[in-house]
Amino acid sequence: MNRKLINNIAFYALVVVIVVFSVFPFYYAIVTSFATGTALFEASYWPKHFDLANYETVLGGRTFLRSIVNSVFIATTTVIIALFLAVTASYALARVRFRGRGLLLMTILAVSMFPQIAVLAGLIELIKFSGLFNTPWALIVSYTIFTLPFTVWVLTTFMRDLPVEIEEAAIVDGATPWIIITKVFLPLLWPALVTTGLLAFIGAWNEFLFALTFTLSEAQRTTPVAIAMLSGASVQEIPWGPIMAASVIVTVPLVVLVLIFQRKIVAGLTAGGVKG
Amino acid sequence: MTTSLAPNGAKPLPKSDLTLHQQRQRAAFWFLAPMVLALFAVAAWPLLRTIYFSFTDTTLDDLYGGKWIGFGNYLKITTLASGKVLYRGTLVDPDWWNAVYNTIRFSIFSVILETILGMCVALVLNAEFKGRGLVRAAILIPWAIPTIVSAKMWAWMLNDQYGIINDLLMNLGIISEKIAWTASVDTAMYAVLMVDVWKTTPFMALLILAGLQMVPRDIYEAAKLDGIHPVKVFWKVTLPLIRPALMVAVIFRMLDALRIFDLIYVLTPNSKATKTMSVISRENMIDFNNFAYGAAQSTLLFCILATFVALYIWLGKVDLSGESAK
Repeated sequence: MNRKLINNIAFYALVVVIVVFSVFPFYYAIVTSFATGTALFEASYWPKHFDLANYETVLGGRTFLRSIVNSVFIATTTVIIALFLAVTASYALARVRFRGRGLLLMTILAVSMFPQIAVLAGLIELIKFSGLFNTPWALIVSYTIFTLPFTVWVLTTFMRDLPVEIEEAAIVDGATPWIIITKVFLPLLWPALVTTGLLAFIGAWNEFLFALTFTLSEAQRTTPVAIAMLSGASVQEIPWGPIMAASVIVTVPLVVLVLIFQRKIVAGLTAGGVKG
Repeated sequence: MTTSLAPNGAKPLPKSDLTLHQQRQRAAFWFLAPMVLALFAVAAWPLLRTIYFSFTDTTLDDLYGGKWIGFGNYLKITTLASGKVLYRGTLVDPDWWNAVYNTIRFSIFSVILETILGMCVALVLNAEFKGRGLVRAAILIPWAIPTIVSAKMWAWMLNDQYGIINDLLMNLGIISEKIAWTASVDTAMYAVLMVDVWKTTPFMALLILAGLQMVPRDIYEAAKLDGIHPVKVFWKVTLPLIRPALMVAVIFRMLDALRIFDLIYVLTPNSKATKTMSVISRENMIDFNNFAYGAAQSTLLFCILATFVALYIWLGKVDLSGESAK
């Protein structure tokens, strides 16, 4: 009995360590974001101050709000395009037998694991050639490289699991593949679409390499670039307070979304890797 | 599956000289075409152009003014009039090999740490206890935070003067003077590893957890009845059963680690101790105006990754597509 108690205590201690380790950095960013002046430079574990000055500094500068708008527009458009292209493609990949299907699936997976740097030089050329440099469309186009393979892959695994009988019934009724997708499968796929869309959105929202390379002016930056570029007059004067406030602003919506869709996200993340 | 539903007279088929199967294949072609075209335009074509640029002396200001110079960016051997032989190019560039070393060191350590810790977290989450949902929600937070934001958050926590980590370690008496975690050559890699482990262990844990949950519960019951020690059950039963899931999780993480850019660019800018292949390629391409040279380095990175994946799939007999399991 005693041993069981010790085991239990050890187990819960481990649980506490995991939770504290996961949550503490974000918690500390929030604490810091409310501290100003000298209070910023005392390491305090508990929130002692509640000063919104850092938030005013960040949101008062015109460009940060602009970068949030940019990020929302870019991520949303990327996701819509990716889902649109992926729904029909994954129907074909999940439901129709044709030669080279396995090869095509492997190619799509390979693209999703691509090192972005390997296409950077070619993409610079493509984007400058098409006149998209320093516009949101440069990022929307380039983000397709990771959102599209990912959405196709996950939706294909979801669609494989839909019962064959529904489709057979629709075929017997004379439905064309297009009707099957839009009228029969799409209503069933909504949960999967929300999950995949959300994951692709997070990917696009967080992307840094392309956003850094394909934007030039402050007004075109996305939030990760804007945060990375927040700086003071010198190296010694890094504005930690405003940086933490900006970090909290861009992270809170994501954390809320992730907590709401927790179960679905876990299912979506693991669908690609493990289900097969 | 549906091919067996050939048109033996259920209902009249729409515009039919084609069999149903042919009709479906034709539809599949048109469904796939836009996606394949899009991927060709943003992935295959830029990759081919990058490889092409790596064999030229193109500069960023004049993308179309480059001349073909063969393997010059990789290795160029010139013999001077005096008989002295000069080697130039990426393959003899100590900065490049330093970046290769950093990348491999980072990838191996981070993936090993994340696999072990991810396994621990997954085993905890696989047990039934009060508040499990809460813990799972908590570990999703690091995953949801943008990499740039986590880099900044940790840069602040690791700050040499005001950072809370130095404060904590000093109070606990583990260190006697403040450490410049991100600036010092000796500790920069530890700092990067720390942040990466924090950020990606949840992903690893969730993938492993999904594998664990497919292990039937009665196996554990049976082992318990037979009085087999849980540690032995883990090594002999659980681990072999989740091996496929684990292999896939490891390769995903490994590929992510090998191409790491953003964390290092923000957390330890310009530190020679952490500069990776991606960082150095971009630096040459954009900042140093050695466009073609950077393209050569990113081509090498691509080749290294491709070789690694091929070896891994071949040696580990990993089934990534899930086709054969069906």
